[in-house]
Amino acid sequence: MGKKVVEVKNLVKTYNGVTAVDNLSFEIYENEIFGMVGLNGAGKTTTIECVEGLRNKDSGEIKILGLNNPETDGDLKTKIGIQLQESSLPERIKVREAMEMFSSLYPRTIDWKDLLAKLNLTEKVNSYFRELSGGQKQRLFIALALINDPELLFLDELSTGLDPQARHTMWDLIRDIRNEGKTIFMTTHYMDEAERLCDRVAIIDRGKIVALDTPQNLVQSLGKEMRVIFSLENDFPLENFKKIEEVTEVEKIGDRIVVHGEGEEFVYRVISLLMSNKMKFREIKIEQPNLEDVFLALTGEKIRE
Amino acid sequence: MKKFFKIFAIEMKLFFRDFTSTFFTLGMPIMLLLLFGSIYGNKPTPVFGGLGSVDVSVPADFAIIIVVAGIMNLPITIVSYREKKILKRFRGTPMNPSIILFVQFILNIFVGFLGAAILILLGKWIYGLRFPGSIFQTALAFLLSCASIFSLGFFLASILKTVRSVSAVSFILYFPMIFLSGATLPSEFLPKGVLKFSQFLPLTHVVDLLRGIWAGKRWGLFNKEIIILVGIMIFSVLISIKIFRWE
Repeated sequence: MGKKVVEVKNLVKTYNGVTAVDNLSFEIYENEIFGMVGLNGAGKTTTIECVEGLRNKDSGEIKILGLNNPETDGDLKTKIGIQLQESSLPERIKVREAMEMFSSLYPRTIDWKDLLAKLNLTEKVNSYFRELSGGQKQRLFIALALINDPELLFLDELSTGLDPQARHTMWDLIRDIRNEGKTIFMTTHYMDEAERLCDRVAIIDRGKIVALDTPQNLVQSLGKEMRVIFSLENDFPLENFKKIEEVTEVEKIGDRIVVHGEGEEFVYRVISLLMSNKMKFREIKIEQPNLEDVFLALTGEKIRE
Repeated sequence: MKKFFKIFAIEMKLFFRDFTSTFFTLGMPIMLLLLFGSIYGNKPTPVFGGLGSVDVSVPADFAIIIVVAGIMNLPITIVSYREKKILKRFRGTPMNPSIILFVQFILNIFVGFLGAAILILLGKWIYGLRFPGSIFQTALAFLLSCASIFSLGFFLASILKTVRSVSAVSFILYFPMIFLSGATLPSEFLPKGVLKFSQFLPLTHVVDLLRGIWAGKRWGLFNKEIIILVGIMIFSVLISIKIFRWE
């Protein structure tokens, strides 16, 4: 791993006696996409805003890009780019004007026209903010956050409210930004987003980090159990599946049969059994555990959309 | 300074793109001038100390511009920028976010002077407006009035959290102020009871000061108005500094 860009130690933040962030410690390394996932109200935004210097912490240490006081060190703002959760702009500001305005705020900037081209917004340059779609607005916020060519980019709930296609476009974009050498600290409550996009993920629950690792390691920590799900045209005794060594459990949910098991031969053996008995199966699906399962196992709560 | 002018230029465009703020700040006073001018004309009369109806209503219309800019435009814009997290977004840049508030302040003073200039030109052109005082003194009285009423606007932006509530409060303050302060109907025509009540409206003192200085009277005659307007300013600024929130 590269050098540390952010170091947070024992961060605590309370609002009117309610603890929002409870003794958090984590590190972010250069050129990684670091994600924080959790339910709304778990403390993600509070944490990211303390690191950005937009919120004062109660106690703990935050070291960011070599600076020790994100709240007071004005120099920090020239080195970071921020996209805020549910932020907005004046309805009748044009894309061009927003870019020009934010360009004027920094001592050093990159050409905003290039940025708009990269973010596929060039043809919207004379549109009002209110005329943009949700995805275009979010891309504009990314453009504004990148205008000073920051070392570290903060993205707070970037893809909330976007349609699936816009989310995929956004993911490609974020990967591109990382590939250009930037470090990204993002929060999300979409497990698939964290799993596909982040190099490392911290799962946060009620202000505490309950797990922190690569998505692959987190998923593997659950065990390697898989599920084969299918439905059959004819009756077939479920006990037959239990004779397979790799199978751990069989259930029938409605007209669907769910066979749990693990090991390299597991799926092959289940299907072979069906074929050798000339059973016709339909809608077969093989499921492997994902980050959502990890989240459920660790927090006991289901992510609500 | 580069930042200031860039933001100022864009905020000015935003102002003129918004029909409501342009209409209430610039359009309404023009309509009132034309309405009352066409009804009463501008013949000198002893009721107005030898001036005509238009001669006294132009400086009173200045007060309408000031109250719209200060009580409506300014707090509604600031609260909407806070509600939309625009102020917070600027806190994430190297710029001091106070510049945004300062831009709004200067922009509304600029628009105020623009509106006053339009009224003077129209008044001169259509009704042969008389201007017994000095431009400089009147501009000074105008600035003092802006400073006081705009501070009150900042106070509203500090205590009210949503655009809905600040808009409601603005309108509730706006109507009695423009009708009972002598800004639309000259105070000479208002009944005694209303005049007593209107002493509690900040705008009444703006109207009295502007009309007096416009007519060429001495500043010394307006100590009460000046003390009240400065008092409102100090009170509003002190409270605002204490309770204003960026988000």
